[in-house]
Amino acid sequence: MSFYGLVDGSDASLKSYLNNLSGVDQVGAEARAAMLATRSIKTSSKRWAIDTAITMVDLTTLEGADTPGKVKALCTKAVRPDPTDSTVPSVGAVCVYNDMVSVARTHLDLIGGQHVPVAAVSTAFPSGRASMAVKIQDTQDAIDAGAAEIDMVIDRGAFLAGRYIDVFNEIVQIKQVCGDKAHLKVIFETGELVTYDNVRKASFLAMAAGADFIKTSTGKVAPAATAPVVLVMLEAVRDFYEMTSTRIGVKPAGGIRNTKDAIKQLVLVNETVGPDWLNPKLFRIGASALLNDLLMQRMKMDEGYYSSPQYVTMD
Amino acid sequence: MSNRIDVKKTYKLYINGAFPRTESGRTYEVKSAKGVFVANPCLASRKDLRDAVVAARAAHSGWNKATAYNRGQILYRIAEMLEGRRAQFVDEIMQLTGVTKVKAEKEVTDSVDRLVWYAGWTDKIASLAGSTNPVAGPFYNFTIPESMGVVAAIAPETPSLLGFIDVVAPIITSGNTVVVLASTKAPLSAMTFAEVLATSDLPHGVINILTGKKEEIAPWMASHMDIDALDISGLPAKQHGPIKFAGAENLKRIHSFKSADPGRIIAFMEAKTVWHPIGL
Repeated sequence: MSFYGLVDGSDASLKSYLNNLSGVDQVGAEARAAMLATRSIKTSSKRWAIDTAITMVDLTTLEGADTPGKVKALCTKAVRPDPTDSTVPSVGAVCVYNDMVSVARTHLDLIGGQHVPVAAVSTAFPSGRASMAVKIQDTQDAIDAGAAEIDMVIDRGAFLAGRYIDVFNEIVQIKQVCGDKAHLKVIFETGELVTYDNVRKASFLAMAAGADFIKTSTGKVAPAATAPVVLVMLEAVRDFYEMTSTRIGVKPAGGIRNTKDAIKQLVLVNETVGPDWLNPKLFRIGASALLNDLLMQRMKMDEGYYSSPQYVTMD
Repeated sequence: MSNRIDVKKTYKLYINGAFPRTESGRTYEVKSAKGVFVANPCLASRKDLRDAVVAARAAHSGWNKATAYNRGQILYRIAEMLEGRRAQFVDEIMQLTGVTKVKAEKEVTDSVDRLVWYAGWTDKIASLAGSTNPVAGPFYNFTIPESMGVVAAIAPETPSLLGFIDVVAPIITSGNTVVVLASTKAPLSAMTFAEVLATSDLPHGVINILTGKKEEIAPWMASHMDIDALDISGLPAKQHGPIKFAGAENLKRIHSFKSADPGRIIAFMEAKTVWHPIGL
């Protein structure tokens, strides 16, 4: 594998690649993210932003209590988020645990949702604590069941201990399993990485190892997708594009619950990596409650009065 | 001349147990009965209403589940807190409405008594409005009144404190939460009452208070789909028609009242019928 010519797969080359990265100005990143959050969005742009955000939602259910019935309901909602309004676009993907992939895929195909991919969380999600053999089997299972996107978690223990090469090799191996059958999203769990420098490092590590997407969090740890973290990752993606001419996607997940938060994310994307990334191939939002708020805001814009959660489906 | 600089109070809104300024940043002037400037309360916007409804909706399940006994205790606690700040309310009522001290004191006394009266109703209203119904079968059949959810209300211009309490107390007695627009000309009683509420063990979001213009806020209250009912006692009669029309979309219950009576509580309750088999 070439790794874009950035590293040769050895520990030494990976270390020198990561150590040559510039550091993140923490105060500057936080100030810039806060400044971008104050942008005012006019009504016509807001309408566009809401529809764009809907197409970017990875509609997610990752509960121990998930049932086939709940997953099927979620799939139905993914294809047609508002049953009363056919102009609402389908979401970006359905994101479920491994054992629910075949349920989701079968149901989506049944109801005319062939265009909606199923994403599976993999590699011993959410902790990433399992042997490599188990992680590979986990990923293979999901792909066999019909997952077109794999959301893998990195081994944060290894990363924080400085064993970058272990993390790198893990991503490389999972990428090999994915092949051209599935997109690979690499989850950092930024809430456990402690510093923005680590987030930047993890981003470059994952991108060189072959990630198609880099994703903030599992949704199981707070803080999750804070604006400065997403900004740091977007800047990493921008710099990586300058180095390699390869566009890597970004997926914030966790803590984005309402339309305002989602639109703030879109502003971050537009101002950091540019409008090329404002499409579901390169930007996704992992969420469950967000979709209902987007639908309610859409109704408010159409009808002229405030809507109620009673008029959107619950799951 | 005193060397001390006056400490003037900023009157803000009361939403979800906090005192935020209006998101619009607007204020309006309130003058005393003699035409002297008194304060710059917030001129609330529809977005403040939206935020208040979100808070009220979130507070409903907890307040509705609280036992009637507990709700009564809290209402009584509000009365206690109000009694303790009697002098401030008397001053504000006299200043803004120009009534005599005797009248202002009577209004505050009546307000405290009214709260105690509603506190007593919390665990009795179900007996008044509910019933055991005779049915032709081996069942008990009960009608149980329950709270409706989020109720919006427009308080009358005067009396600024008693009128406000007469609107708010019956709504929350049964377990509803409320978003209320205070008297436009005399909003100080309502805003000072918010300070009473903040120290009364009342869960955040059960009572949310806005100050501003009726003609601006009322239509948004009427059309908001997450508001279940509306008390328009404070609106002039000629505006009732359009508001009722706008509120028809989600079948809001829209009422107005002239006096305090248990019917005000029942108006914002819904009857649930339960069938229960009679065991042998």
